[in-house]
Amino acid sequence: MDYAAVIVLQVAYGVANLALIGLGLAIIFGMMRVINLAHGEFLMLGGYTVVVATNNGVNLWLAMLVLAPVVVGLIGVIVERVLIRFLYGRMIDTLLATWGLSLFLIGLVTTIFGPTTTTTVSPPVGALHIGAFFSSGYELFLIVITLVLFALVYAVMKFTKLGLLARGTMQRADMAAALGVSTSTIYMITFGLGSAVAGLAGALLAPITGVVPTIGAAYIAKAFITVISGGAAILAGTASAAALLGFINQVVTFITGPTVGEVALLVAAIILLRLLPTGITGRFFRRSL
Amino acid sequence: MSRWRDRNQLIAVAVIGLVVMFGAPQVLQLFTIINLTTAIALAVLALSLGLIWGFGGILCFGQTTFFGLGAYAYAVAAQNWGDTTSAVIVAVLVAAAVAAILGYFMFWGRISDVYLGVITLTVTLILFNLMRRTSGPEYKIGTALLGGFNGTSAPPLTVPWSGAMLFPTQLFYVAMGALILAYFGCIWLTRTHFGRVCVSIRENETRAELLGYDTRVYKLGLFAIGGGIAGLAGVLIANGIGRVTPDLFNLSYAAQVIIWVIVGGRGTLIGPILGAFGIFWLTSYLGTQQVVNANMILGLVLIGFVLLLPKGVVPTVVDLVGRRRTRRAGRSARRRARSGSRRSVQPAE
Repeated sequence: MDYAAVIVLQVAYGVANLALIGLGLAIIFGMMRVINLAHGEFLMLGGYTVVVATNNGVNLWLAMLVLAPVVVGLIGVIVERVLIRFLYGRMIDTLLATWGLSLFLIGLVTTIFGPTTTTTVSPPVGALHIGAFFSSGYELFLIVITLVLFALVYAVMKFTKLGLLARGTMQRADMAAALGVSTSTIYMITFGLGSAVAGLAGALLAPITGVVPTIGAAYIAKAFITVISGGAAILAGTASAAALLGFINQVVTFITGPTVGEVALLVAAIILLRLLPTGITGRFFRRSL
Repeated sequence: MSRWRDRNQLIAVAVIGLVVMFGAPQVLQLFTIINLTTAIALAVLALSLGLIWGFGGILCFGQTTFFGLGAYAYAVAAQNWGDTTSAVIVAVLVAAAVAAILGYFMFWGRISDVYLGVITLTVTLILFNLMRRTSGPEYKIGTALLGGFNGTSAPPLTVPWSGAMLFPTQLFYVAMGALILAYFGCIWLTRTHFGRVCVSIRENETRAELLGYDTRVYKLGLFAIGGGIAGLAGVLIANGIGRVTPDLFNLSYAAQVIIWVIVGGRGTLIGPILGAFGIFWLTSYLGTQQVVNANMILGLVLIGFVLLLPKGVVPTVVDLVGRRRTRRAGRSARRRARSGSRRSVQPAE
């Protein structure tokens, strides 16, 4: 029984992890049809924000939950103004430009902090006892915060004026512009929000993974797979794809070890895309958010 | 462009290629020749992406998948069999087969360009993670240990049947020969019926389909051929470095291939090759100094080209030259017409 609880917790963590990594990417992709190849580096920047802040004596919780999203969100806004703005409607060029941005950020951070960091952040939550077993309390915390984050994004999109304008722009940008919405501002805010969520995710995962300039590569494959398998709907897509792929990943990992787990995740995603080329929400839950 | 000028250009490329192939070892030091062999391997890789992206419109971000798999297949087969000729064939076939399988899922799923790019990138990144974890003694194929992070050793190419190992200079001849053959193979391919249909798919897939072509089959064929050439590049890099490591799959290689093609120019075959040599020279130069990070410069190069020179260097230069030529031709035609009407002296050219 206790053992089963531990396994369930592990699977839930695998799902939450994918959802957390993918959410920022999904917001930007779902809203603006821009695939941000520098997403992994935004997560990396979130991690570095935490490291720098805690080294300067800032409280860890404050650094993770407030500082990282704010800093990375601002960076996102700058990137949108300087780079992405010129490339709307040229999807392939945005891909290439954000890839350039990704390399640039890796190079920049390597120049500033060196190729490896000596400092790591220790998880602020201790171990969790389930009967005779120990489980990581921090993983449970991540599951909870992922749920909170999804609820928060849902609330913003559904109940605020900004959310309404954003959804309108997402559906018909030209019509929204004709009705007097500044789509350019909406895009800027959306890109900033997506970056902020990515920064938060990177900050939250920093205690588990450690922080190096090239950490983005470890996230980006999983994030893309999740978002693309999910399809156009931001929350429902990311959640359903994360649930499916995270479950497969954790179960296969549990049976055979982590090496095959990631391959199973990839193979499942490729087969899924053969069956549902527009992602899960291209076929099911079409009207969801 | 006239047939004659086209033919002259190809002859010029062949002559320059042969001059480099037989001239370089006479002039350059051995160290430079070994470096150049690596650069040639990368140029073959660039050519493979230039073929499928420039002539088939297939935006593959993970061309390094087939590059790395070719290298691993070569190393494993050569270690097991001791014979490298069959290992080369196996490597090219493995890379082409994996491309065909992956291509089946993508082209029959009819996913869009952007998804295709992201999925191929994901495949190479996952292979990178996978190969890094194969360090234990249980991960071996036949007698070849995969070796995880440190990779596995790649036995150097041998002369078929005799079994004599090739020296670095001879390896250079092989690499340069392979590049020239691959280049002219690709040129030939783009001029066959198959190649022309691929170009028409790049231009307008729906129209090609309405004309009765099964575009999926053509794209799959081109993608598999591109995968095979990338596999050949993998064989060359395995020989150039002497080791096959998971790094061949990593993000930085994957990005560099794209940069080579973007800088050199899509829609040409010589552009990606020149781009590969140029960027290889740039990165080796950047590697010798500590002031700026090479990734930073590469990122800026990529952003700059996408924003300012999206067609790449070679097509832009060709355009400029072509425009000047037509302007001059137009001017002389006008002059001829004018002089013809006045029946005056012939204008001096």
